[in-house]
Amino acid sequence: MKKALLKFFERIEPDKDKSPFLHTGYDAFFTFAFTPNHVTAGGVHIRDGMDLKRTMVHVVLALQLLYLFGTYNIGNQHFAALGLYPGAFEGLHLKLVYGLIKIIPIFVVTHLVGLGVEFFYAAKKGHAVEEGFLVSGALIPLIMPPDIPLWILSISIIFAVIIGKEAFGGTGMNILNIALLARVFVFFAYPTYISGDEVWVAGIEKVGAGMYAGQAYGMVYGAFDSLFNAFGWATFGAGQAAVVDTFTGATPLGLAAKGGWAAVTEHYSASQMWWGNIPGSIGETSKPLVLVGALFLIFTKVADWRIMVASVVGFVACGLMVNGIAPDVFGPETKGIFKFMAVPWYYHFYMGSFFFAMAFMATDPVTAASTPMGKWIYGFLIGFIGLVIRVLNPAYPEGWMLAILFMNVFAPLIDYYVLEANVKRRSKRQLALAKTRATQTAEAEIVTID
Amino acid sequence: MKGIFNKTGLTAGMVFLAFQLSAQSGTMSGSNILLYVLIGIAILLFFGMLINVADNLIGIEAKQNNIDVEASGLSLVPNFRHLFGSRTATYTAGTPVTVLTKGHDILLEGDAQDKVVPASSVTRYAVQPPNFLGLLPIPKLTVAVGDSVKAGDQLFFDKQMPDVAFVAPVSGEIIEINRGPKRAITEIVILADKTQQYRKVKAPDLAKANQATLLHFMQESGAWSLLHQRPFNVVPDPTRIPRDIFVSTFDTAPLAPKASVVIAGREAAFQKGIDVLAKLTTGQVHLGLDGRGDEAPPAAFTQATNASKRYFKGKHPAGNVGVQIHHTAPVGGSDIVWTLGVQEVITIGNLFLEGRFDASRIVALTGAELKDAHYVRTYAGANIGELIGNNLTNDHVRLISGDVLSGIQKATNSYLNWSDDQVTVIEEGDFYELFGWLLPIDLRPTISNTFPNFLFGDLKFRGNTNTHGEKRAFVVTNDYEQVMPMDIYPQHLMKAIIINDIERMEGLGIMELVEEDVALCEFVCVSKQPLQQILREGLNNLREQI
Repeated sequence: MKKALLKFFERIEPDKDKSPFLHTGYDAFFTFAFTPNHVTAGGVHIRDGMDLKRTMVHVVLALQLLYLFGTYNIGNQHFAALGLYPGAFEGLHLKLVYGLIKIIPIFVVTHLVGLGVEFFYAAKKGHAVEEGFLVSGALIPLIMPPDIPLWILSISIIFAVIIGKEAFGGTGMNILNIALLARVFVFFAYPTYISGDEVWVAGIEKVGAGMYAGQAYGMVYGAFDSLFNAFGWATFGAGQAAVVDTFTGATPLGLAAKGGWAAVTEHYSASQMWWGNIPGSIGETSKPLVLVGALFLIFTKVADWRIMVASVVGFVACGLMVNGIAPDVFGPETKGIFKFMAVPWYYHFYMGSFFFAMAFMATDPVTAASTPMGKWIYGFLIGFIGLVIRVLNPAYPEGWMLAILFMNVFAPLIDYYVLEANVKRRSKRQLALAKTRATQTAEAEIVTID
Repeated sequence: MKGIFNKTGLTAGMVFLAFQLSAQSGTMSGSNILLYVLIGIAILLFFGMLINVADNLIGIEAKQNNIDVEASGLSLVPNFRHLFGSRTATYTAGTPVTVLTKGHDILLEGDAQDKVVPASSVTRYAVQPPNFLGLLPIPKLTVAVGDSVKAGDQLFFDKQMPDVAFVAPVSGEIIEINRGPKRAITEIVILADKTQQYRKVKAPDLAKANQATLLHFMQESGAWSLLHQRPFNVVPDPTRIPRDIFVSTFDTAPLAPKASVVIAGREAAFQKGIDVLAKLTTGQVHLGLDGRGDEAPPAAFTQATNASKRYFKGKHPAGNVGVQIHHTAPVGGSDIVWTLGVQEVITIGNLFLEGRFDASRIVALTGAELKDAHYVRTYAGANIGELIGNNLTNDHVRLISGDVLSGIQKATNSYLNWSDDQVTVIEEGDFYELFGWLLPIDLRPTISNTFPNFLFGDLKFRGNTNTHGEKRAFVVTNDYEQVMPMDIYPQHLMKAIIINDIERMEGLGIMELVEEDVALCEFVCVSKQPLQQILREGLNNLREQI
């Protein structure tokens, strides 16, 4: 079977000179199917089984649970807003299908656009397609709102890959995290699509001031409906149902910024937030599943545990700080920001996407600090600054994207000082050594005079 | 001891912050957890500072009285290694021990059995001038094809150091002088006599001779070619006296020969060699001893006199002399040190004991592709094809002079490198692997937990030369750190070398490294970068600058 496949690949190999673009594509898929038969030359004779493809693939594997839950949760939030199927497993098939119909286009477009740019540059520069986009492409769908228009998604990915990566020289050379760069592009270029209360629940449309209704279900849903009818299961129906009265679409962070923890718990229970049954970006809501992925990355040593631990420490430190300066008693005049500051630090773990950012975004080895000491500083500052932005800055509801991009820019500086310390340590050590030598020789000379 | 000022500053800052916050909480009466935590940290830091000051005072006092604080256990700050570290074996008592936590042992099949067979089938030996780094490419030959030489007779010299003789390891007839690109001389081949003839040398009396006499004798007798000078790993400059001399008495590289087999029966020569070396340095001869096993290393090493000893416990590269230098007295600035192996020390010892240049070597024939892996007794520069004979299981193999990490690939008709005491034979890995990057199809040596290797502990691998992936830019940052037991940042050093930033690479410690020290980093490299090659380019650039 392996031989037959190899032969097949050999037969279809396009000519490298005549059609370089085709050959680049061929090469990418061939190395995807087979690790090449390269042998070591000059240097070590035996190499570790680990390579960059395998590293990247393990990050993608760590994200699979989030994809599964994200798909479910898109449908779950949609139907919750309409007041339908309140049980977790009620209408499961509808929730999953609804989620799939939302997520598959996002996933496909992300990869078509991102890999297209990669292939183009690989063919143009004449190198093999490198696997950098594998991880970015898996992360981007998870950090977008479910209703993101696909053209905006495409533009953001083209921007991120070209300006963020190819302009700097390709995989391993970028300064900013590609996935976050795509998101920050949407955030600043098309703010209405990615901020505010309305965007986090899929398929809810504004029909008037403060009035919302579910979307009209189109053809695709109809096709599924006929299938479900055959089984006698519940169907989507025509849609355009009214939302429930209590619907706001607001995320816990949006609520907390206005009214503190009390306002959050009016809408969402703590366990609901912990398990991820809340509106938000597609992949970041379920904390336990993110932590499973994080532990997987730590165990396989694909991501550095130092950054994760340090950012938790920074997070807690900042949480204690804002708690410390928050007022104890609220009057009717108390502003929302003070109530937000008074939210106990441990409740901050329940809201927002800290765990996701810490596990998958901050640990990107290319853009993070690259020395062990640097990683501690880098992680701590991400945790600290991210929470400062979340709580103290009224313009941005969540801080991790900006905190990580900010620290991406500072990572080389942190490394620079860690390395300077190493250089200084070395020269100091040499001086000390020379001094002891000098005294020793002096003593030796005294002995010989005796 | 160094952090006092930092800690003082930090404590002051914390206390200041705490007062600030308590003032605020007076008006705003906010949550006090932060305040308590900060006060707690401040108190801890204060006591830590007190202890640190006391500890430093003890250290100063001890220094004035010439007491080693660490060895006599005077330090107030408990050493975590003593509290929690694994117990070092009892035989190390009284000798300093360095425990290295970083590193990795690549477990391969094909360890040499403990039998030493005379390599009677080897007829040809060669001295290869490219083995001696720092020489000009075309050395000046003092022999021609057809000449007969005795062991210890000069073959060639380098025009930069005409007094240093490079000598024949065996007696016999010069049958070939092979040249490589640009007419550089690559091999001087000797067809060995059945019974070996030695040039008689008159070694100076160690007790009376002065350093200059000894140095001159080392240079003209051929012993100089056994030495390596760090930095750069080159033939030592004949005009300079080394600061220290380092000998690692054990080798932790994959399938490396065992020290006990190598030293057996030659203990006296080893001690004599150490005595000679001790006269050649302003500092000391440092022996790196094997502290890994339950049993003490051979007495020839542990009981050696005239040398300072230190045990090293840890995985590979704990046995690399570069790592040992780093943890004993690092190279840097304008310092130079010499390094050499156990068998080279023995050769020097025999020059003085027996008055002849005895280049005999115990060589380990290792690797999974050998039918019978064992030790042979031969001479430096033996023909590899003749050494192995018909011992191969198949012919799709790679022959390596040295170990799999820093050895050199050899053809059947080529020769063991001058300082190597090991031949490794592994399978050539030029095959395709279906979804090799995803599935752990078969187990292979790795430090990564994405393979289930961690379940199998001591499993040994056949190993092959497949790269398991393509070359990429530096991406991953936590691979070298796991196997580099020195205070060096390999990735940043490599980047400094690639952009040829001389000052930076010197600052980041290139002077402390030679190829074998970064070989394990190259093995684990996820991006498949050629670190040893990059390092050598950097070292060459640096040498040109000096």
